[in-house]
Amino acid sequence: MTDTAPTLQVENLETHFFTKDGVAKAVDGVSFTVGRGEIMGLVGESGSGKSVTGFSVLGLVDPPGKVVGGKVLFQGQDLLSIKEEELRHLRGNRIAMIFQDPMMTLNPVLRVDTQMIETVQAHDASVSDDEARARSRDALGQVGIPSPEERLKAYPHQFSGGMRQRVAIAIALLNKPDLIIADEPTTALDVTIQGQILYEAQKLCRDTGTALIWITHDLAVIAGLADKISVMYAGRIVEQGGLGDVLDHPAHPYTCGLLGSVPGHNTRGKRLYQIPGMTPSLLKLPKGCAFKERCPHADAACETAPEITHPVEGRALRCAHPQVDLAGVAS
Amino acid sequence: MTVFIIRRLIQSIAVVLVMSFIVFVGVNIVGDPVEMMVSDEADQAEREKVIKSMGLDKPWYIQYARFIGGAVQGDLGKSFVYGESALKIIVQRVPATLELALAALLMAVVLGIPLGVYAGLRPDSVGSKTIMAGSILGFSLPTFWVGLMFIMIFAVMLGWLPSTGRGDTVALMGIDVSFLTADGLSHLFLPAVNLALFKISMVIRLARAGTREVVHQDYIKFARAKGLSNRRVVLVHLMKNIMIPVVTVLGLEFGGLIAFSVVTETVFAWPGMGKLIIDSIQSLDRPVIVAYLMIIVLIFVIINLLVDVLYSMLDPRVRLSEVKS
Repeated sequence: MTDTAPTLQVENLETHFFTKDGVAKAVDGVSFTVGRGEIMGLVGESGSGKSVTGFSVLGLVDPPGKVVGGKVLFQGQDLLSIKEEELRHLRGNRIAMIFQDPMMTLNPVLRVDTQMIETVQAHDASVSDDEARARSRDALGQVGIPSPEERLKAYPHQFSGGMRQRVAIAIALLNKPDLIIADEPTTALDVTIQGQILYEAQKLCRDTGTALIWITHDLAVIAGLADKISVMYAGRIVEQGGLGDVLDHPAHPYTCGLLGSVPGHNTRGKRLYQIPGMTPSLLKLPKGCAFKERCPHADAACETAPEITHPVEGRALRCAHPQVDLAGVAS
Repeated sequence: MTVFIIRRLIQSIAVVLVMSFIVFVGVNIVGDPVEMMVSDEADQAEREKVIKSMGLDKPWYIQYARFIGGAVQGDLGKSFVYGESALKIIVQRVPATLELALAALLMAVVLGIPLGVYAGLRPDSVGSKTIMAGSILGFSLPTFWVGLMFIMIFAVMLGWLPSTGRGDTVALMGIDVSFLTADGLSHLFLPAVNLALFKISMVIRLARAGTREVVHQDYIKFARAKGLSNRRVVLVHLMKNIMIPVVTVLGLEFGGLIAFSVVTETVFAWPGMGKLIIDSIQSLDRPVIVAYLMIIVLIFVIINLLVDVLYSMLDPRVRLSEVKS
């Protein structure tokens, strides 16, 4: 463990699902780096492999899925080669995860205090019940749950969706992790709650140096939150870079399409842009570039799968037809 | 909660009343006990005397009214055969049946739940497939045949265990029980396994189905993401969720265990209520049959009530909706 190593460095991660109908490459050569206090947005459509990427980092991919290649370096330590027991001690302790649906993430038959105290004691059995309870209460207060002492004794069904997600976030914060993977945590919430949670997430990273991976399909959320952005399509990262760089100068036609379909102040009354077609099934991806059948710029060059290129420092791109001259923009 | 229990109590009383009517009328339709009671040489006057003494000269609705009148005072009539209170005869047999049923229930829980959870967690393993194949056998083999096979193998051929009766009993709070003596325990073992076999298979299936469903829920994945040990995820997060259907069905089935221990008790000559009811049906001892059925109805009603209360303890969501209703 070195101080200079980034919090999380993922290299060529490959996670495949071995189904009856064939092998689905849900994550296919994904690489990214998240440093201390940094927030990375992982963007993509449903089924693009962004959630599986998150689960792969934690070693929580359920069969028939399996991580088959690559490296997941957490503070310099490869999580794919350590023992399950060591990994368990990192989970929920150094690396926490927040799930998408707050209605489903808390166990309906256990009280909130049970579910929080066990998280503390799973990693440090020497913590007394009272101390764990005090920490749980503080964590609930930190995410803005009123009268946390009483709410500890409640069952999940006695909370609203937004409150449940706060509880889930409080559980993630309990052990002051170095990395939080948030899998669309605000998708199921209304906009005001979403705003508050985004604000708190940002504040947390700034204050404590916690790195954050925010998985979402909502570019608007990322625009207000992240430092950098990775766009995934069909299990691969197609474009990566600093937040402003990518949003202002998208180079991949898919990123352009995503940005074009976001409603803005000058799109009122007009039909929004729509990327034609559907996300292809991972079981029968087209040869070459996975996006070519939906891409307005596809030609013969797209018949071979494009490799990742780095047109400028800090940007990555997987496309034969960049939409902007990145080198020109940068200069 | 109190309102809920009171309402359930009123429903229960209605169920008992309706059942008493059906049972009474039903028993009066089948056969004529006088034929069984009176010897063939008896003359008409003697017959009339017997009929009158048993109260069978009155129309059936008067008989029913008398029965209900007695029943509310705890008198379910006198046995035609033994001349004693039917209730007393049955109650004497209750501990034996209860002991057998409880032993079978315990086996069903202790064996069925772990096996079922294991089969649910590793559905494709050889162990899991063996368990499921075994549970199909447990379901489909007839109880009496399995009982006879047990006697043949363990009592006759191997001579390990006795095949009939309760063995030595000791009094525990005034009730005779077998399980506290070594001899009693050896007598209890075979009939209990015989009676439990079906229940074990059922619990395995329930626990497996529950596990298969719960294990894919987000909260199980979240529990793992919190870094909890597998042990805690399975024993606390998973088990508490699958226990809800298991408790419901086991509660209902416990009544069934008592009611349908008839076969096992007959095969193993276990002196319980089941053996008594078979004997009473053969001798058309109406009061005993009626009293037995009423007690069974009562047991079912009480168990159902207990299950509802237990259920609300396991599932906090039920508790809340009941308070509202």
